[in-house]
Amino acid sequence: MKSLIMIIIGSALISNVVLNQFLGICSFLGVSKQMKASISLGAAVIFVITIASAVASLLYDNVLKPLGMDFMKTIIFILVIAALVQIVEMFLKKKSPAVYQALGIYLPLITTNCAVLGVALNNVKDGFNFIESVASGFGTALGYTIAIVLLAGIRSRINEKDLPAPLRGAPIVMIAAALMSIAFMGFGGLNI
Amino acid sequence: MDIIWITTLVIAVIAVLVAAGLVYAGKKFAVKVDERVVAIRGKLPGNNCGACGFAGCDALAAAISAGEAPVNACPVGGGPVAEAIGDIMGTKAGAMERKTAFVACKGTCEVTKNQGNYTGIQDCRAAVLSGMNITDCTYGCLGFGSCAEVCPEQAISIVNGVAVVNRSRCVSCGLCVKTCPRGLISLIPESRIVRVQCSNRDKGPVVRKICSAGCIGCGLCAKQCEFGAIEFDGTLARVNPEKCTLCGKCAAKCPAKVITTPVN
Repeated sequence: MKSLIMIIIGSALISNVVLNQFLGICSFLGVSKQMKASISLGAAVIFVITIASAVASLLYDNVLKPLGMDFMKTIIFILVIAALVQIVEMFLKKKSPAVYQALGIYLPLITTNCAVLGVALNNVKDGFNFIESVASGFGTALGYTIAIVLLAGIRSRINEKDLPAPLRGAPIVMIAAALMSIAFMGFGGLNI
Repeated sequence: MDIIWITTLVIAVIAVLVAAGLVYAGKKFAVKVDERVVAIRGKLPGNNCGACGFAGCDALAAAISAGEAPVNACPVGGGPVAEAIGDIMGTKAGAMERKTAFVACKGTCEVTKNQGNYTGIQDCRAAVLSGMNITDCTYGCLGFGSCAEVCPEQAISIVNGVAVVNRSRCVSCGLCVKTCPRGLISLIPESRIVRVQCSNRDKGPVVRKICSAGCIGCGLCAKQCEFGAIEFDGTLARVNPEKCTLCGKCAAKCPAKVITTPVN
């Protein structure tokens, strides 16, 4: 149990998926304009990555590894994760329109997010078993949500400021993200 | 068995399973979509230009079917599309005339003097930002062609230093209207052909000095008009398209010949 918590904290803060591994930057920068949208996206990412890492772990341990197909994991993970998200989306649309409305367009958007695939591949690389993979996926997605919500907060403050014209828009967001990344390096000193 | 064959087989099996799962889920979890949305989307042009104010043609179709947008909300499709959508929605489209972009400046290189020695970025917006003296007329067309650049249909060209709209190609998306830093371009119904082709608000003598094709604010057109269609505020005449009967008397009297008529 203790190691699971460590995996969650480690993947959420110490090796944060966005600020430390630089995965999923496009949605991180693109959807952080509004706090509400970034929270929705964060929820969708937690949902998808947790499910995706569970399925990818099962598939790897039971099919790919015994058959010696280790080298095909990237392609198979893409295939399975994309289909999985589609099915989940259809399911939600039918069974739970409220959740579907809340997650909205973000579900299909993150199907192709490199963070989702990156988690699945990292889990395999770190030799996690099924439970550990799920914990790692959840922790990573939590880290993504923390990062994007923080950036959305910073951006809402930036919008109120009178910036020099060349910094307006994307440049100041890049600078803010870079400073956040440097700040998150501080978690590297955590001893767990 | 060779590893390649095993891999091929396994991936094929996974792909078939996934496809079967998707088909099954698609049937089982099918949600009834309003068929009007699909029909309306089929009638829309599909440019996804966003001129209607929605995110794209799909969003507009959903908004029209929900009654949040009028059937003639698509400026690109114009009358025919509005009618087709009106048939789907069961409402009358209402009269909607095609609008085209109009550049309110006649200051070609011959008629206006150009003192500026601006050598910066050859773009109207950049030139205005620089604050430098580009043309003597601070209201007129700069001629760098920013509007021509954004036009998705290549309907605008710079002829002799002034933007000219090819009305047959214009789809009235309004991108040029937003782009022009001097606000010279507007969308005007096609038949409203009597227009004042100048935007200069300087006093008459000033205008005369810098441009021989500028509105000098004499007000002759307003006196000439029997229908009160010319709105004259002392420096610049404007035609009110709702009152104008296209008689062309104002244009005949205009000393600077800045009012366009059906003839020219």
